[in-house]
Amino acid sequence: MPDPITNPATPDAIFGKDAVCEALADHVAVGALKHLILDAKWDRKELTLTVAPETIRAAAQAAKDAGYNFFEDVTAVDWYPAEPRFQVTYSILSMGLKQRIRINARVSSDDPRIDSITSIWPGANFYEREVFDLFGIHFAGHPRLTRIMMPDNWNGHPLRKDYPVEGYR
Amino acid sequence: MSPNSTFPDLEEAPRQTAYNDVPAGSAPVADTTGATLAGFRNAEDLIIPNVEDVVEESTHPHGSDPVTSQTMILNMGPQHPSTHGVLRLVLEVDGETVISCAPDIGYLHTGIEKTAEAKFYSQVTPLTDRIDYICPMTNNTAYALAVEKLLGLEIPERSQYLRVLLNELTRIQSHLVWLGTHAMDIGALTVFLYCFREREDLLRIFEAISGQRMMGSYIRIGGVALEPPADIYDRIRKFLNAFPKHIEEYEGLLHGNPIWIGRLKGVGHLSAENAIALGITGPPLRASGVDWDVRRDMPYSGYDKFKFNVPVSQDGDVWARYVVRMQEMYESVSICHQALDLLANLHDTRLNADAPKIVLPDREQMKTQMESLIHHFKIVTEGFQVPAGEATSSVEAPHGMMNYYVVSDGTAKPYRVHMRNADFANLQALETMCKGRLIADVVAVIGSIDIVLGAIDR
Repeated sequence: MPDPITNPATPDAIFGKDAVCEALADHVAVGALKHLILDAKWDRKELTLTVAPETIRAAAQAAKDAGYNFFEDVTAVDWYPAEPRFQVTYSILSMGLKQRIRINARVSSDDPRIDSITSIWPGANFYEREVFDLFGIHFAGHPRLTRIMMPDNWNGHPLRKDYPVEGYR
Repeated sequence: MSPNSTFPDLEEAPRQTAYNDVPAGSAPVADTTGATLAGFRNAEDLIIPNVEDVVEESTHPHGSDPVTSQTMILNMGPQHPSTHGVLRLVLEVDGETVISCAPDIGYLHTGIEKTAEAKFYSQVTPLTDRIDYICPMTNNTAYALAVEKLLGLEIPERSQYLRVLLNELTRIQSHLVWLGTHAMDIGALTVFLYCFREREDLLRIFEAISGQRMMGSYIRIGGVALEPPADIYDRIRKFLNAFPKHIEEYEGLLHGNPIWIGRLKGVGHLSAENAIALGITGPPLRASGVDWDVRRDMPYSGYDKFKFNVPVSQDGDVWARYVVRMQEMYESVSICHQALDLLANLHDTRLNADAPKIVLPDREQMKTQMESLIHHFKIVTEGFQVPAGEATSSVEAPHGMMNYYVVSDGTAKPYRVHMRNADFANLQALETMCKGRLIADVVAVIGSIDIVLGAIDR
């Protein structure tokens, strides 16, 4: 086995929209979301599709129509100080295809806002509230976007990278 | 009021608002979410009532008034014994019928995701124990699988089967806690004592293997922590041989019990469509008729080499969830037997992955070999770098699908660790299951979704 530290990149990784669309032409999600994706990645046998934040609802609907019926998770990654700062990551499962895809959307820090997908999957409700609470990303169209983990009078969003791990802010 | 009164004039004194800076005397102001702060008339607004709300509420007649057809707001928890931890429910009731139900969570939020970002990869493992503290081994496995995916590590068969064995024993243990507490909520106290008797056997087995009854941190990145003790497989076999009889004992107490049947059958119904839309996983999903089990459909850690049935029920009520979990215990016993058979043939094979820079060396080697001492020192003081990228692992935990999402930026500390626990999504479905039912049914439904607040709040 090659030493994972000296050989960091997985040999079968594919980066870029065109390369992924060509190599995984048969993949259901690639076919269904082709018109929406900006960037794509096939790494460690996982497909990651990046879409524009304005099209997230369309992307979620397209994925659902293509058979990715089960919404698993939405979370965020803070790439501070890079811009667009927040990566909102959706994990969607197809029970029929036994496949999981990841849909990413990058949101900038001056107006962290993305459409809510609760109209497509009601199960996204608590997850979007959690991202709102801990990252401060607004989900437009969410039925009740309030803090879920932290108290309502809390200042700041703990999972942002400019929020300290210990001590007071 | 006389001018000499020492009491402040309530009409003129500025009113204090507890949680927001609404100007005194102003009309209810909409906050950024669009909800009005004052004047609550539904359950959700009561989660954070301010002084104005309480004053206003006190001047209104309540639901018990026979003349007005008003609903009553009932607070349940966070110290309610049937909420299985610190879950707070705000129920809106009409008589005894639940109209709406808003769970309020976060009392156990300890910021594990934030803490994980400041630790080395191997130091995160003990944190994962404390997320879903009823099934620590499953959490360990899910985290180890995600990091191993990032590292591209291959785990020897012996470790894989050992993980399967421990995961299934953990499932039995978790289901025993569920059955005991669920039955206790319904009023059958005896079952609790029987369940915890068998759970004690399992905890002693875990203690013998990992040195700890609950928070073992036994499953590590690259394999497991230690060589299991020599006689442990016989002890587990002895437990497994005796255990099906004990399940029959529990069923003998419950299955034909008219109170148990009356409280469970037809209660908390959830259709398959609703279950999928709300993100339900695990036994509640299978009890609603969706045949989905990560162990069988997307196998991990060598589960594809095991033969087992996935119990499914079409009823979708609390009773169906009870039946599915009871059958799962039988299946877990069968998987454990198969794992023990497989492990018996692998006695002297390698336990952990061949990665000296990632897996801590054997204690004996560390004390006698210079190379191992250096590796040990390096892993403990500066960790190990993980190639940049993102990976998701998914395991079938006792409560449902458990995913770990780990992002690496190429350093020795994870850039982001996120856990998707089944409990969080299962809690969302509570209102759907409780609407239009009685308050007593809420208790039965909470027991049937088997939530652990540590996994919800993280």
